[in-house]
Amino acid sequence: MLGMVATSVMRRTTDVAQQRRWISGAVIVALGLLCLWFFALQVPADMVSKYRFSGGGDAIQLPVVELPTSTTNLILAVLLVAVGILHAARGIKNSGVLFGAVAFFLLAIFLTWSIRGQSLNLTGLLESTLIRSIPFLLGALSGIMCERSGIINIAIEGMMLTAAFVSVIVASYFDNLWLGLAAGVASGALISGVHAVFSIRFKVDQIISGTVINIFAVGLTNFLNLRWLTPVQELNDSGTFSKVPLPGLAQIPVLGTVLFNQNILVYAAIVLMFVVNFLLFSTRWGLRTRAVGEHPKAADTLGVNVFRIRYTNVIFAGMLAALGGCFLTLASVGRFDKLMTNGRGFIALAAMIFGNWNPFGAFGASLLFGFMDSLQLKLQILTSVIPSEFLLMAPYLATMIVLAGVVGRVRPPAAEGVPYEKQ
Amino acid sequence: MTQATATSIPPATLAPAPRANVWRSILDTLTIPVLAIFTALVASGLIIAFTAPTVLELLPTFFQQPGVVLGTMWNTVITAYLALFQGAFGDWGAILQAVQTWSSTGDATELWRALRDPFESLVAATPYIFTGLAVAVGFKGGLFNIGVEGQLFAGAIASAWLGFAIDGLPWFIHLPLALFGGIAAGAVWAGIAGLLKATRGVNEVINTIMLNYIMFLLTDWLLSDGGPLRGSAGAPRTPEIYPTAYLPRLLPDPVRFHWGFFLAIGAVFFVYWFLWKTTIGFEVRTVGASPTAAKYAGIAVGRVIVLTMALSGSLAGLGGANELLGLNHYMVAAFSPGYGFDAIALALLGKSNPFGVLASALLFGALRNGATRMQSVASVPVDIISVMQAMIIAFIAAPEIVRWIYRLRAPAQQEREVFARGWGG
Repeated sequence: MLGMVATSVMRRTTDVAQQRRWISGAVIVALGLLCLWFFALQVPADMVSKYRFSGGGDAIQLPVVELPTSTTNLILAVLLVAVGILHAARGIKNSGVLFGAVAFFLLAIFLTWSIRGQSLNLTGLLESTLIRSIPFLLGALSGIMCERSGIINIAIEGMMLTAAFVSVIVASYFDNLWLGLAAGVASGALISGVHAVFSIRFKVDQIISGTVINIFAVGLTNFLNLRWLTPVQELNDSGTFSKVPLPGLAQIPVLGTVLFNQNILVYAAIVLMFVVNFLLFSTRWGLRTRAVGEHPKAADTLGVNVFRIRYTNVIFAGMLAALGGCFLTLASVGRFDKLMTNGRGFIALAAMIFGNWNPFGAFGASLLFGFMDSLQLKLQILTSVIPSEFLLMAPYLATMIVLAGVVGRVRPPAAEGVPYEKQ
Repeated sequence: MTQATATSIPPATLAPAPRANVWRSILDTLTIPVLAIFTALVASGLIIAFTAPTVLELLPTFFQQPGVVLGTMWNTVITAYLALFQGAFGDWGAILQAVQTWSSTGDATELWRALRDPFESLVAATPYIFTGLAVAVGFKGGLFNIGVEGQLFAGAIASAWLGFAIDGLPWFIHLPLALFGGIAAGAVWAGIAGLLKATRGVNEVINTIMLNYIMFLLTDWLLSDGGPLRGSAGAPRTPEIYPTAYLPRLLPDPVRFHWGFFLAIGAVFFVYWFLWKTTIGFEVRTVGASPTAAKYAGIAVGRVIVLTMALSGSLAGLGGANELLGLNHYMVAAFSPGYGFDAIALALLGKSNPFGVLASALLFGALRNGATRMQSVASVPVDIISVMQAMIIAFIAAPEIVRWIYRLRAPAQQEREVFARGWGG
């Protein structure tokens, strides 16, 4: 009897999985056919898309790649259709791979179509993609650190904004970027300390605590910006970290420009991604963190100090988000502007969910969102049918779609949002 | 992300309250909110004092002349708060003088000018009432609607479009149509999050955040150069709506007080009636107290969730329509200074009770309006109000802090309202 129930349940789950695969496969095929029709067959055959790989000042000049727009998109669209058929028939298990492949083909088709009759510096686009994805990555790492230990963090935006402000004002006052960076990171630790005390000690609803921090950060930075920075402009001029080309590696064409000729914070963020991944999945502390995030009572029974783990993680998370805030000022524009984070903290949250609470997944999502971000800037110059606002919407829409379980499946830590009561 | 519902049932929310002295219980309810507001005012005062450039210049000389420094700080705060309260509640000296002028000469221009400020506080309170109710309805149904700001935008855009695109209707058709357009847009925008929660078990917090940003970008696009709703003016805004869609003003210029305020009062009574006098309202509150219990009581939890979100969104949408039809008469992205986000503070301060929300909204409206005067008179940026509101939420959400500051005893029975239940649903 029991066995029968078990088999029927199993059959039902496999049926459902197969059905979902069929549906998502069909959606991908439909997208591919749509691209085939609009971006390939509707384009005159003599149009050419030119991709450049070298800037004007580069030592090694790479040849310009000229692609016939229609034919290129035809091939890409057919490949996309093939991915859809493969998924429907065999099932691509790794949702990251599936999503990456679909996103790659769609973006490549769209980009090739957008630059028909024009040319685009692809290296430049990739370089700005990486730079723009760094704040998302750092914010997402912050979210991961926090949420893996069971504390919801919707205050990434507020922490970034505060750190952006503090870093600029300290760096300008002392004329020292490193001091500004340290102060910014410290402010992040302070603010996330408040979040930790509220959610752990006072057991305040973690979403409310995060909202408080966001409102507070917006209010205080606007207030102090008007009070201090507007009258004394010298306080709002920090300068930026200069690029540090890695010897040898930076000379590699394309790859060198994109990866190895960046400022110190870009390298730091990439290293931090590996560090967080190592800490979470290869150390005792990481195991404890995940245990606390999934089942704090069980962890407590085994002698893990739930509160200490949560405090450490939340404060460390605040420092990561703060680093993202500092990146926006000290590594980009060198000044603070009202509300300059502009929703990046929430995109970081989206990247964290998108990457299924994994550092590498989050980096993939950050790159995707960063690419969208730099693409819309480029497309404002080129002519495009798609308004830039819709490209900017993509991270938010994609998150809703992923959460609804249409493509792939994500799973947050089980004990998230529940204050722990020691008995 | 299955549709697992929380197993923890707060028993206190379902148990009948013991009959006690009514005044005593009113006092108990008011203690924490009043002390929270007071503490936030004091703390913001300290921020104003310690960030003032004049004070900062004097601060290094504190030990030589402590009196002068403290005096400057005191003056800074008092000037700021005096301007705040005068802006909020009116300059009564000027009002009395204007009354005298009016009674002696019959010229009322001065009087209306003097009365502008106190009425402007009510004008500022109106959107707060709507958005506060929106968040409160969500809380009562166990849902955290962070997307009120986006729903406010949706309502404003819809009513703007109906207001300028249709010409030639009599006002008694055009105005209700524009209002209902706002209601419907807000309901749909929030309903998406409700539907995703009910059918796919996706937490509403994250979806309403995402929907906010989608709506802001959508607004940018609609109003951008060449966008579908862009007016002929050089700025990113819609054309002006036809006067048949105006919510009429009640008093002569420059007083901007309009019928929207009474709509808001109506909404307060409606929400009270809906939540406490109807069966469906009872279902909403039951789902809010415990979805598990509601399910076993035979309530269709999914349906109630969608309905609660839609109602919450429609209140926010009506708030947006009210701002647009009553005040601006065209849509600009800057029409809201964050009413939807401040509403979270409001709903918490009013303990999600419609009348509590009304009282808090009147307070916040007065603060917001007074702060404008504070900025111009005492050059203290209005944004201090956001800091104040953040602190008020913090103190209300963690009453232990307030009790610790004022050495109050904890109440016998701890009643903890559950607002959100993690990402899982």
